[in-house]
Parts: sequence; C-alpha cells; structure tokens
Amino acid sequence: MAINVKVMKRPEPETTSYLRAALSGMALTFKHMVNPKKVTQQYPEEQTDLHPRWRGTHVMETHADGRPKCVACGLCPTVCPANCIRLVGGEDDQGNRYPIVYEIDEFRCIFCGMCQEVCPVEAIHVGRHFENAEYTRDRFVYDLDRLMEQEHPSTLLWDPSDPAGE
Amino acid sequence: MQLQPVQGDITILGIVSVDAFTFFSYLKVLGLFSIVIVTVAYATYAERRVSAFIQDRRGPNRVGPFGLLQPIADGIKNILKEETLPATASRFFFVLAPVLVLVPSLVTFAVIPVAAPLPTPWGVVDMVIADIPVGILYVLAFSSLAVYGVVLGGWASNNKYAFLGGLRASAQMVSYEVALGLSIIAVIMMTGNVTLTEMVWQQQQLGMWFAFPLSLAFILFVVSAFAETNRLPFDMPEAESELVTGYHTEYSAMKFSAFMISEFGHMVTASALMATLFLGGWDLPGTWDNAFWYQGQLIGGFAADGSPVAAQPAAWKTMATFLGFGAKTAFFLLVYIWIRWTLPRFRYDQVMALGWKVMLPTSLAYLMLVGGTILVLEELGVPYGFGYGLVLTAVSGIATFSFIFFIDRGRTITGAAAGPAQKIEIRSIGRERQARSADLPAKTALSGD
Repeated sequence: MAINVKVMKRPEPETTSYLRAALSGMALTFKHMVNPKKVTQQYPEEQTDLHPRWRGTHVMETHADGRPKCVACGLCPTVCPANCIRLVGGEDDQGNRYPIVYEIDEFRCIFCGMCQEVCPVEAIHVGRHFENAEYTRDRFVYDLDRLMEQEHPSTLLWDPSDPAGE
Repeated sequence: MQLQPVQGDITILGIVSVDAFTFFSYLKVLGLFSIVIVTVAYATYAERRVSAFIQDRRGPNRVGPFGLLQPIADGIKNILKEETLPATASRFFFVLAPVLVLVPSLVTFAVIPVAAPLPTPWGVVDMVIADIPVGILYVLAFSSLAVYGVVLGGWASNNKYAFLGGLRASAQMVSYEVALGLSIIAVIMMTGNVTLTEMVWQQQQLGMWFAFPLSLAFILFVVSAFAETNRLPFDMPEAESELVTGYHTEYSAMKFSAFMISEFGHMVTASALMATLFLGGWDLPGTWDNAFWYQGQLIGGFAADGSPVAAQPAAWKTMATFLGFGAKTAFFLLVYIWIRWTLPRFRYDQVMALGWKVMLPTSLAYLMLVGGTILVLEELGVPYGFGYGLVLTAVSGIATFSFIFFIDRGRTITGAAAGPAQKIEIRSIGRERQARSADLPAKTALSGD
C-alpha cells in the first residue's frame, strides 16, 4: 500500500496559534477514532490473497493412482542454487524411473522456483503458501510423502492477469 | 422512611450484631475500592483501544470478547514476571517508592461523593466513604504526596535518566499545584466550604454546574490536572524519547505495574474531581435528586420562605446519580486519553513557562475577578441561584474569551522558530545591533528555567 505523503505548509512565526492547532488536531483524531475503517488485517481469520506467482512451500504433483510424477531425472538438485534437494533415483520392473528418496530442506531453500521451472514433467512445484511453522528443526526437511500431501495450490509461472507474461 | 443518618445495629444472619455505620463504611470502602481498581484496569484497556482507534488500528481484541479480559491477562503477566533489582539501587527506597505512589492515588477517592444518599432501614447512607470537614484539602494533600514516591523511585534507582525524571516530576508538580490550588479557590469562594458534598449541593442550589460560572477556573483546573497526573502533553517525568521511561526506568514486573496503576489511579481521581468540582458531581439536571445534610436534616431544597424541604432519597435515585457520576468521570477519562494521543509533548522550558508565566498570573487575576464579582453580587443582595450564576457566567465568559484570545496569538507555546525571544530577533534583523542586545535578557530568562 502506497503511503500518501502530504507536504505541510509551515505557518509564519507571527501567525502561529497553539490553541487552534491543538483543537483542529483533536478534531482530526476524533474523526479517526469514530471511523470504523481500520487498516489492521485480522491475520488468522483474514488471509491475504497470495499472488499467483507467490513462491512458497513445495508441492509434489501426483498421478491419479497416487504415484509421484517425478521421474528422478536429477535436474532439480542440479539447478538448485541452495543445494537443498536430495534425490536418490530408482527404477521399477517396467523400467520407469522413480524417486526412492526425495527430500527438500525448507530451511536451506531460497524459494527461487528454479526447480519448478526446470522440471520436465511438472512434478515439483513451489506453492502459494507460507504458514509452515514447526516445533522442531528436523520437521523442516520435507520428505516425498509430505511433499505429496501438501494441499495448497501450486505457483503459476506467469500471472494470468498479465497478458505480457505469457 | 427515616431521614436521619445511619444508626443502630445490624444483625447479620441472626448471630453477629455490628454497628450499622461501621458496617456501611466497610461496605463502601470495599465497593468503592473495587470500583476504582476495576476502572483503573479498564482505563488501561480503554487507553490502548482508543489510541488504536485514533491511529486506525484495532487494539487488543484477542483476550475475551472485544479484548475485555486484556487487563486481567496483563495483571497475571505482571505478577508472574521476574522482578529485577538494580545492583546499585538503594534497596529499601526502591521497594518503598511504588507503594508511596500507589497509596495516595487510591485513597484520594475516599472524600469524593459518588451518588445521592441511599435510604436503608437503618437510616440514610451517604454515598461517600468519609465526608471529612477538610474535604478538598485532603485531596490536595494526598495528591501532592504522590510526588514523593516518584522522586524517591527516580533517586533510588541510581540511574541518571530515572533521577532526571524524578526531578522533573517534582518541579512540575510544584509549578502546577499552584495553579491547581488557585483554580480550586474560585470554587471554594462560590461554595463557602471545602467539603465536596457541600460543593455538589451548592451546584444543585445554583441551578447550574460550576463549569459555566467558573469557566476559566475549569479550564485552568483541567490543564493543571493534566500536568499533575503527568499525562501527555505534560509527561515530562516519563518522556520516553528523552529519558527512556523516566522515573520508572529501572522498575519491572509488579513494581512497574504499581506505577502504572497509580498513574491511571491519579487519572481516575482527577477525572472524578473535575466532575465533582465543575460538572456537578453526581448531580443530574433537575431538582429531583438534590439532597444534603442541613442542620441534621436531609433536605432537598428550601421553600420560598426559606424553610428547608425534606429530600426524598430513593434507591433508584442513588443508582441514577451514580451512573451520572460514572458517565462524567468516564468522559474526562476519555478526554485524557484523547488529548494524550493528539498533542505532542511540550519542551521542558515550555512547561515551566506555561505554568509560571501564564497559568499562575491568569489564575490569580481570575481569582480577583471572581472574588470581586461575588462581592458585588452579595452587596447588591442578589439571591444565590440561577440569576447569580448567569452573572458569573457572563463575567467568566468574558475572562475566558480574553484568555483564549491572548493565548491564541502565538505568544505562549510556540515552536522553536517562533518563541517570543526568537520573534524579537527575527524582527530586529533589519535594525541596529543595540535592539538585539537589549532583548537578550528576555531570552536568557526563558532558557534559564
């Protein structure tokens, strides 16, 4: 929210009046006192609308049968500037590659969103979410199951309301 | 119904028999003390809420409905917090100071009548804890006693800022006590007595509240009361931006809370006092609630031939007048808070200049004016009543208008660029040097405070 800066005209020394200034000040504060419009956002009840491109807690997309979409190609740990993704890939009987271990350390992550951009199968996403407080530090290393359980919407790579973005 | 003071014994549950007067006194002490403490607690809540509203915020609204349990949460927090004792502090006085501040701020309420007398089967109970003959002098004595606690707290902390705060408190109290006392003298001249019950009665007899016939005294009293309670714009002893938090810098937990309670207690007492002295106390418009002990009788007024007419006290009248008194006090509390969050703090020399150079001469001159007017009215044989009040209202109105006219010229409290001494300098720029040097003593006098 932009703050409107108002440049006040300084009164001349001979015309300064404390009393009138005080009374007009009290009128102003009274106006604000009875004004029901308050700027405070009642946070837990009133949530902020996050921007479509907000980059927060990660989400792993899944197939309809519940398997992760990830093919363990290894691009995201390679591109990650914070080196916060640990990936151990494996291969099943049909020759499909899948992640055996997929962990993201949310403490190390800088939420740049490059993992989402680089992913060839649109599996890992950053999400529109920021409330990830925990009681212990080790809870901040999200494993594969936890990443798949995340329910918040994932981040879009462009703003739908901005045609130039696409 | 007996129209006489409480007498006889009360038998509780058929076993214990106690003196009725003692019983009701204890009851009043207990009731009024609880009411004052709860009011103080909710004054802190109101302060935070109103300041939030003024700043377009919401203030505490999480604990209970609308945050109404916030004062209780604050109290629990303050009791459970760790008390710290500065290593270099004077231990005994450091602990003593909060008590010395807290007690006077609460005991002053004892002489303020809060409602019309209440009729009971044992007689009529005055709704004032102690209607002592010295009345307002008791209030003045105790309210000036509180400054000892402030100074002692500042000194015992062994902290430079706290010490400065304490010194400022004492200087400010002394300066404004004068104007406060002089504005009260105007009221005393009207009533001819110093008991607060009689002051309420005289306002009922006058047919108007003293805020009108003594308007300038009212204004001076309100301003001095602000300075006496150390509230913004006169909160020199605390002055966060200059002195950390002034005299209670080193205090923590419940000791700090005691200072806070006493500050708000002073506010409540000062508000109640303003209501009693200038807004008729518990008096509500009309003569239906008038009641006063006159020569051993509870009277509601005088008949045309001067004979007293008995009052008709009733429980609902007591209740209504109590609510009226509460509303008046609450109004002044709101004004306290409202002004605090509007006006910035004065500079220290401005506070002193206002106290000694404006308030004191004005109140003295006004005292002469009121005294003269009363003398003339008495000499002319004008009966004490509405007409009497109207004459005084007119005289005081003129005085108030000229006072405001004088104040409103930028002569009194101005910014650093427009103070009286500087103004002369601005004018003298085009003149010879002599003019400036002639004006110098005025400037040193200003900054020498």
